[in-house]
Amino acid sequence: MSQTVFSPWEDPNEKPLIQFKNVTKRFGDFIAIDNLTQDIFAKEFFALLGPSGCGKTTMMRMLAGFEAPSQGQIFIAGQDMAKIPPNKRAVNMMFQSYALFPHLSVWDNIAFGLKREGKDKETVAARVEEMLRLTRLSKFAKRKPHQISGGQRQRVALARSLAKAPKLLLLDEPLGALDKKLRQDTQFELMDIQEITGTTFVIVTHDQEEAMTVASRVAVMDEGQIIQVATPAQIYEAPNSVYVADFIGDVNIISGRAKPNGEKVATQWAEGQPDIIGTTATKFDTGQEIHFAIRPEKVAISTDEPQDAANKVRGKVLDIAYLGNISTYHVELPTGHVIKAQTANTRRLSRRQITWEDPVWISWTDTAGVLLER
Amino acid sequence: MKRFSWFNATSLTLGFAFLYVPMIILVFYSFNASKLVTVWAGFSTQWYGELFRNEEFLNAAWVTVNVAVMSSTIATALGTMAAYVLVRAGRFSGRTLFSGMIYAPLVMPEVITGLSLLLLFIGIGLDRGVLTIVLAHTTFSMCYVSVVVSSRLVSFDQSLEEAALDLGCSPFEAFRLVTLPIIAPAVISGWLLAFTLSLDDLVIASFTTGPSATTLPIKIFSAVRLGVSPEINALSTIMIAIVTVGVITASLITKQAAVRQARDERMAERPA
Amino acid sequence: MRRFILIAVPYLWLVALFLIPFVIVLKISLSDVALARPPYMPQLDFAAGWEGFQSFFAALDFENFWFLTTDDLYWKAYLSSLQISLTSTVMTLLVGYPIAYAMARAAPEWRPTLLMLVILPFWTSFLIRVYAWMGILSNEGLLNQFLLWLGVINEPLTILNTNTAVYIGIVYTYLPFMVLPIYSALERMDDSLLEAAEDLGCSRLSAFWLVTIPLSKNGIIAGCFLVFIPVIGEFVIPSLLGGSGTLMIGKVLWEEFFSNRDWPVASAVAVILLLILVIPIILFQRNEQKQREAEG
Repeated sequence: MSQTVFSPWEDPNEKPLIQFKNVTKRFGDFIAIDNLTQDIFAKEFFALLGPSGCGKTTMMRMLAGFEAPSQGQIFIAGQDMAKIPPNKRAVNMMFQSYALFPHLSVWDNIAFGLKREGKDKETVAARVEEMLRLTRLSKFAKRKPHQISGGQRQRVALARSLAKAPKLLLLDEPLGALDKKLRQDTQFELMDIQEITGTTFVIVTHDQEEAMTVASRVAVMDEGQIIQVATPAQIYEAPNSVYVADFIGDVNIISGRAKPNGEKVATQWAEGQPDIIGTTATKFDTGQEIHFAIRPEKVAISTDEPQDAANKVRGKVLDIAYLGNISTYHVELPTGHVIKAQTANTRRLSRRQITWEDPVWISWTDTAGVLLER
Repeated sequence: MKRFSWFNATSLTLGFAFLYVPMIILVFYSFNASKLVTVWAGFSTQWYGELFRNEEFLNAAWVTVNVAVMSSTIATALGTMAAYVLVRAGRFSGRTLFSGMIYAPLVMPEVITGLSLLLLFIGIGLDRGVLTIVLAHTTFSMCYVSVVVSSRLVSFDQSLEEAALDLGCSPFEAFRLVTLPIIAPAVISGWLLAFTLSLDDLVIASFTTGPSATTLPIKIFSAVRLGVSPEINALSTIMIAIVTVGVITASLITKQAAVRQARDERMAERPA
Repeated sequence: MRRFILIAVPYLWLVALFLIPFVIVLKISLSDVALARPPYMPQLDFAAGWEGFQSFFAALDFENFWFLTTDDLYWKAYLSSLQISLTSTVMTLLVGYPIAYAMARAAPEWRPTLLMLVILPFWTSFLIRVYAWMGILSNEGLLNQFLLWLGVINEPLTILNTNTAVYIGIVYTYLPFMVLPIYSALERMDDSLLEAAEDLGCSRLSAFWLVTIPLSKNGIIAGCFLVFIPVIGEFVIPSLLGGSGTLMIGKVLWEEFFSNRDWPVASAVAVILLLILVIPIILFQRNEQKQREAEG
């Protein structure tokens, strides 16, 4: 896969396509974007992820030109965008509502932007046909938007925004209106189209699974700031804060005091319980507040006491959630903490060894979790 | 993005000035001391006094209100029935004719409606007076009522009626206990509409009335034909004042109901 | 049984007071004028039985309609009604569209108030609203006083009792009928459509022509019909604001009936007026139907 090679953000000679420089955006008293600086590179599939109101949509609308920054500058391909209206930008947007023109056919919707460029009829027609083929919509060219399904509308919106071959395509919750099954198929389609066209995609979403699936890099946002930018794997395995760890996937967080010991750090987290041993590259001071984060699938559960685990605790099964492919056990510790442990159901209808109220052991290695300052 | 530009502000200002300045002028000159309507000669309420001493105007106003109350009440009953028939009664022979007769009076020129009703009343030898005006007004305003009520009935969840029937109501009880309370706002605004239309009507009343009954619009029209008069200004001011107070009260009541409902919904969502 | 009563009461009412009067108008339009009470003949004589019917129908003819074509007053009145109606509809659209547009673009918390301000005049007496302009437009009226004071004119303009006054009166009284349907079309429009148009390279102005206007098309059509149809038969405005030169069919019918007491000709005038109205009414209904289907 190209993804392992494709990492322009690590190459100091690479020029970014988009640069946010100390951008702040205020709406009255409300600060939507707070002094934000970020580079995005050509051909990236960049996801802005966060809860509603975190500023991700504002960032996108500033790129499209529908909002102007209150302070700071935005550059696209080295050009300051401050004075450039939306209709003069080589940026196109796919709207959350799709914003398909209800009075125009699918064909005319896709041709709309091309006609504005004053291209001759043949060029426009050829390009529209090409986009219809790319999005597999050729059969529906003559229909009106209300005569096609939700998934087809989504593809029309995509085709329309790609038709002008923009340098940058902005996608605002592009799959939000689709049901889960269709959404998953469409995610892969989006990735294929991004690769074929070589366009830079910036996607806004609140769905972390979607961001993880499609993006080359994910920016997790909160209250107008980017908390962490990294590849999906890094975001998941090495979150830089409790907020990111908690926002992406499922996680157990145990707070305590740090007790550094060479490369390892012990976390004192409860009276009468052994310290949690973890490894970290960050330096911690003794007695500093620290949060230990571990994913449920990295916590093992067993009825017998595990022999060579770095960390192990006794507990009692509180709840079991059977999800088909996996089961999640909620284990209550004597301290009152509830830890989630996940096991894959690799065998069909195996005899359930563990059930409600059972006393169990949970355990994990010293590299399974991460230690976070905040 | 700000799309509310100076252009929009200007068109709103000019538009509303166009709508309201003539009426404001009318009100202003009703307090003029001079008989000459266009020359300001100081503040006076004398025209109001003369208006209230004018027997003919008072009689006409009394007739008009009577006609309006009677016709709008009958029209509301008939119009609600007609709306119910249109939306709920399903198919019956002559349904197309029926809905045609509901919608046609809405677009019918008043002169034609008036003429045709007059010819009917003469044909059957009915003495023209209050009764004939009430019949005429009821006929055209019931169509307006049924349009207002049926638009509410269409958006009304029929399963509510079915639930009432399921719980043991007779069809009439279901209508009285469930449907009517829900469509009540539409019925009330239908009544108000019918009342206003009747109060307002000059043409149909002129055709269908006889010497025994003169309504206010007929009286105003014959006075106004001779030119502008301060008494008519005073009368207009009173009518404008009544309507303004009425419309503002109605909108405040609706707004308050909306606020109350929003508050109740918020309360309901809070855990007990 | 209940269902029968429910249907029968409003049905019979409308048949008796809407349909039958119409048939009578049609019948009288085919009768001859007579110096009698009622002033037309033949009269249907029920006592004469079947022969009475026969002689009654034999006496009906199209003479009144023929008369309408010979006297050019009538067809001029029809044409001038149509022309006044068409012109004033266009004028109302030009005045009403910017208002509706600005209302739809106003802050959401202001919209109910603006809407109320547009509807309020509709509840006030039509007659009074027309009357208000008599004082403004007359030779000594406020408009002339104002223009003289400004120095734009040296002597009063004659506006009252001309077609200009009629146009002003029509635009003024029918404005809400134009504004409301256009407003409701514009208000429903999704703002992101305009953003999408700009994003795809439209200037503000071209986005307005290519997106806003087509999407408010149904509102425009509805508003135009709501003005055009009733104005054709309008009586109050031409008789109060218009002059002797203002020919409108509603006024002609009124005078034919009340001044000349020629009931058969008045009925014939009414029948023709109705035939003229049928076309726009059907077009209007079709537009409404199409809109409902598009929404449904």
